[in-house]
Amino acid sequence: MVELVWLIPALPLAGFAVLLLAGPRLGEPRAGWLATAASAGSFLLTLITFGGLLGLDSAEGGGAGGHGGRWFVSTLFEWMPIGGLEVDAALLVDPLSMTMALFVTGVGTLIHLYSVGYMGGDPKYSKFFLYLNLFLFSMLMLVLGENLVVTFLGWEGVGTCSYLLISFWHERPTAATAGKKAFVTNRIGDFGFMIATFLLWTTLGTVSYAGPESLAAGAPALATGTATAVSLLLLLAAAGKSAQLPLYVWLPDAMEGPTPVSAMVHAATMVTAGVYLLVRLNPVLDASEGALAVIAIVGAATALFAALAAVAQHDIKKVLAYSTVSQLGYMFLAIGSGAYVAAIFHVITHAFFKGLLFLGAGSVIHGLGDEQDMRRMGALRAAMPVTAATFIVGWLAIAGVPPLSGFWSKDEILLAAREQHWLLWAVGLVTALLTAYYMSRQTFLVFFGGQRWDDSAHPHESPATMTLPLVVLAGAAAIGGVMNLPLVGDWLVLEHFLEPTLAHAHHFTTPTWQKLLLAFGAALAALIGITVAALAWLRSRIPPGKLEPALLENAFYVDSTISNFVGGPGTKAFEAAAAADRRFVDGAVNGVAKLVRMLGEAVRPLQSGYLRHYASGVAVGAIVLVVWLALRGVS
Amino acid sequence: MGTLLAASGAAGDFPLLNALIFVPAVGALIVALLPRSRPDLARPLGTLFAAVGGALALALAWQFDVTAATDAATVADGFQFLSQQSWIPALGISWHVGVDGISLWLVVLTSVVVPIVLAGVDPHHDPKPYTAWMLLLQAGSVGAFVALDLFLFFVMFEVVLVPMYLLIAGWGYEGRRYAATKFFIYTMAGSALLLVAIVATAVLGSPDSGITFDLVTLAEEQGLATDTARLCFVAFAIAFLVKVPVVPLHTWLPDAHTEAPTAGSVVLAAVLLKLGTYGLLRFGLYLFPEASDWAAPVLVTVGVVGIIWGAVAAAMQRDLKRLVAYSSVAHMGFIVLGIFAFTATAIGGGVIQMVNHGISTGALFLLVGMLYERRHTRQIDELAGIQSAAPVYAGVFTLIILSSVGVPGLNGFVGEFLILIGSFDTRPVWTIIAASGVILAALYLLWAYQRVFHGPPAAADRQTADLRRGELLTLAPFVVAAVALGVYPKPLLDAVEPAADELLEHFEEHSGFEVPELGDPVVVYHGDSSGEHDEDGH
Repeated sequence: MVELVWLIPALPLAGFAVLLLAGPRLGEPRAGWLATAASAGSFLLTLITFGGLLGLDSAEGGGAGGHGGRWFVSTLFEWMPIGGLEVDAALLVDPLSMTMALFVTGVGTLIHLYSVGYMGGDPKYSKFFLYLNLFLFSMLMLVLGENLVVTFLGWEGVGTCSYLLISFWHERPTAATAGKKAFVTNRIGDFGFMIATFLLWTTLGTVSYAGPESLAAGAPALATGTATAVSLLLLLAAAGKSAQLPLYVWLPDAMEGPTPVSAMVHAATMVTAGVYLLVRLNPVLDASEGALAVIAIVGAATALFAALAAVAQHDIKKVLAYSTVSQLGYMFLAIGSGAYVAAIFHVITHAFFKGLLFLGAGSVIHGLGDEQDMRRMGALRAAMPVTAATFIVGWLAIAGVPPLSGFWSKDEILLAAREQHWLLWAVGLVTALLTAYYMSRQTFLVFFGGQRWDDSAHPHESPATMTLPLVVLAGAAAIGGVMNLPLVGDWLVLEHFLEPTLAHAHHFTTPTWQKLLLAFGAALAALIGITVAALAWLRSRIPPGKLEPALLENAFYVDSTISNFVGGPGTKAFEAAAAADRRFVDGAVNGVAKLVRMLGEAVRPLQSGYLRHYASGVAVGAIVLVVWLALRGVS
Repeated sequence: MGTLLAASGAAGDFPLLNALIFVPAVGALIVALLPRSRPDLARPLGTLFAAVGGALALALAWQFDVTAATDAATVADGFQFLSQQSWIPALGISWHVGVDGISLWLVVLTSVVVPIVLAGVDPHHDPKPYTAWMLLLQAGSVGAFVALDLFLFFVMFEVVLVPMYLLIAGWGYEGRRYAATKFFIYTMAGSALLLVAIVATAVLGSPDSGITFDLVTLAEEQGLATDTARLCFVAFAIAFLVKVPVVPLHTWLPDAHTEAPTAGSVVLAAVLLKLGTYGLLRFGLYLFPEASDWAAPVLVTVGVVGIIWGAVAAAMQRDLKRLVAYSSVAHMGFIVLGIFAFTATAIGGGVIQMVNHGISTGALFLLVGMLYERRHTRQIDELAGIQSAAPVYAGVFTLIILSSVGVPGLNGFVGEFLILIGSFDTRPVWTIIAASGVILAALYLLWAYQRVFHGPPAAADRQTADLRRGELLTLAPFVVAAVALGVYPKPLLDAVEPAADELLEHFEEHSGFEVPELGDPVVVYHGDSSGEHDEDGH
């Protein structure tokens, strides 16, 4: 059934096309249902294709690139064939692409469904779903693409959709600015992506992922320097898309978009594209020297930095945004530690619980009449029981409370980091503690404690289209860990499934008793975080002011510093260049013109027509030169 | 003329190329002879002639034989639809026209764009001369693209200049006189050099059998001494670089573009600038291979400087049209880089970028023109929130901007990507700098879009009408082409590739430059090639 893979992205693309032509006519809610159906169909087809992939014998073949027998390439057409360049519009079915496609379409469908209710009443209702379907198409091209260029198509596509969706409420200047900021910041990363592609193409003569002539097959032969350069360029690309230091600045601002967008694009799917890219090109990373350490350090630093910023945010979505940056840092830490499967594992569990948390936050915002400040929330448990219950599941999952999914995936990352360097592990552990703290703070501020909203707000539970996705995601966030349980070898389902796509399988060397100790430590960190939050925000034992220093509330002033630079010296430099173009380059030209005119007037005062004068000058000059050249030719 | 039309083409008896030149030229004449009492006839009739040209151009593309082009061993063999008539035999000047993969799509672009803008853009006054000049512009541009005789090329190159000057001066905006004069002087200065160099090349470079202006003969003969060839190349190159334009020869462009009427801006961007880059290929690489190699470092430098300089200047413009004009400088810089990277991929990408720039920038000028019709301003800070009032217009604008930014799936990406990946092998450092231009493109275009389309609209903005049916129809071909060429550029590339290959082979033979084989990996695989997989997996 793997042959059907092309239908997976085709369905949302068709949904986009229909909505483009007939969206406003379909109206509300039919446009939403159509988009949701396209997404759901895509999910079903992914399941079918996935089944087909499982049907392929994993032992057979053993083609280069370590794919075993489980891969299939569907070539649609030649995209840009010229001068030896072979870039096909082709899709790859392999364990990694299917794993990504499954959660992208699965979570994506739930968020489509949620949006049917959430976006109700918006004047641009059908356009929202048009963008959403286009986004899903792009994301699927990203993860299913068989080569770097098709991935880049998806990569830029999701970036474009992200831009369109962040600035969806375009009359709000903040939304418009945030959308542009996201796109331009991402472009810095895209620059890295492009140069990496060029380097790989010129050295390996291929940009394909699978088969005997693929990046995976060629990577071991790369010079270490080349591999390192490519890896660092890929890190730049990934840091843009996945919001790592120092390119994370766009993600907190991206919260200007409608909340389902934050859940889907800026938490569950698009922002994990950088992680996917690095894992996809793991053979290149493995051939490099030192690049993995850089990735690990960037990841750890980002995780800690963003967790600290999340501690003191008041906007319900900003907490989750910084939290996303921080969790993405964990994934980079995993990659840097060589634990690619752990990274993907965390990508998936994070999609569940962060998608859930964002949708829960959306439900709260919806129920409170567009209130986003947590200082005006509280005690919403009673009014919004389903939202509260599911949010609590998400909170415990991200906090790393066993046996919820977040515990397992985070634990694996911490273990991998520990085997790399104790400092990486320590940073990860502190981040885990902070995560538990700030998520507890959020949960307590929103759902517990006293009421801080006006009675006129009339908070209410959201409709079934919104609560159903919450319940499903809560279930997934709770039990998602089962896909990769440690200790018993056969339970590492994800690990075994993804192993063929890795150049070097990663094996933990830590003895079991130490693993248990580390897991216990992680759980303890979560408990401490929750306890501190409870003391501060439930029992009011600690004054809030002490826990929300301005430095953290303003996220270390990075953003304002950058804005000041771009708006100040940056703009000035650009203006200076534009002025130079006007004054000097053009000024020189006008100066010459003036000079010619003066000379002309001096030499031939009878001639007044400027153009004619010039033309005749040209003619005379030409004749002189021709004669000269002709004479030279004759002699 | 009758004999010219009777001359036979390569792929049939109908002299397609001559018809492509003479149909609009005759159209111009007929329109000019229309009675003064019926000015209303001018545009419909002119559009008809232009559209017949467009249809013929599509037929040309249809009949172009890619297999024959691929089989051709040399550049000379690659020309199709050849037609040669003696013109001034004493000087070896002939009417020699032919088309290959490099000129084919430029001919099509020219012949299709002119009828569209003639039909879609209202000149507001004096439709008769306006239409006639537009038709002459079409005829001259096509002529320049298919000319295989240096003298004929020069004539066509000049024929284009006059109508453009008059269109700017006659139908432009406030500063039209200054802009038109500047345009004229700049290009005339280039033309003067070009004429001298053409004469010198023919006089000094002709074979012993006698003087000739025939491009193919001269290019195959390579009869000039190295120093002379370099001198002549410099003159050719300056004339073309003014047209492209490259920094610092570009300052006529923002003025000409801004002051020209919409149709003039569109044709200027879509067609006239291409005369420069096309010239660099046809009369640079082909005619002066050694000199091209010699001058390449300078040319690549000015190309890349143009990418960055144009982008930075674009970001700071307050007038939408000037902004688009500067973006043109940046986009054309890519093409110069591609041409002088000397790989088939980069040159092919350059040719594709010529077409794509015509589509994207042409459409942008149309769009800005439509906005001006409504608001009588192009000042960015006098506009806001247009997206609320005119969502369809905003949607088309967004799509074209994304194409201009180079988002994959749209046409702009194909050219830029091919140029960059093709140039990386031979000019890695310049390619990396050029690639940073993609960041700047996003910056200045999205910033402009934000200021004009986003934010709360003022009262005047709210009343901005959305696109009318006729305007949508005018834009539709650009939109369709932007998507189609982004998704499936293969038909274009198939025709371009053999021409690029043959040109490079000629270039390699005469310059001593070794063109690297793209796709030849530097690294030898030691991956397991015994894998049993066929291409399709299972």
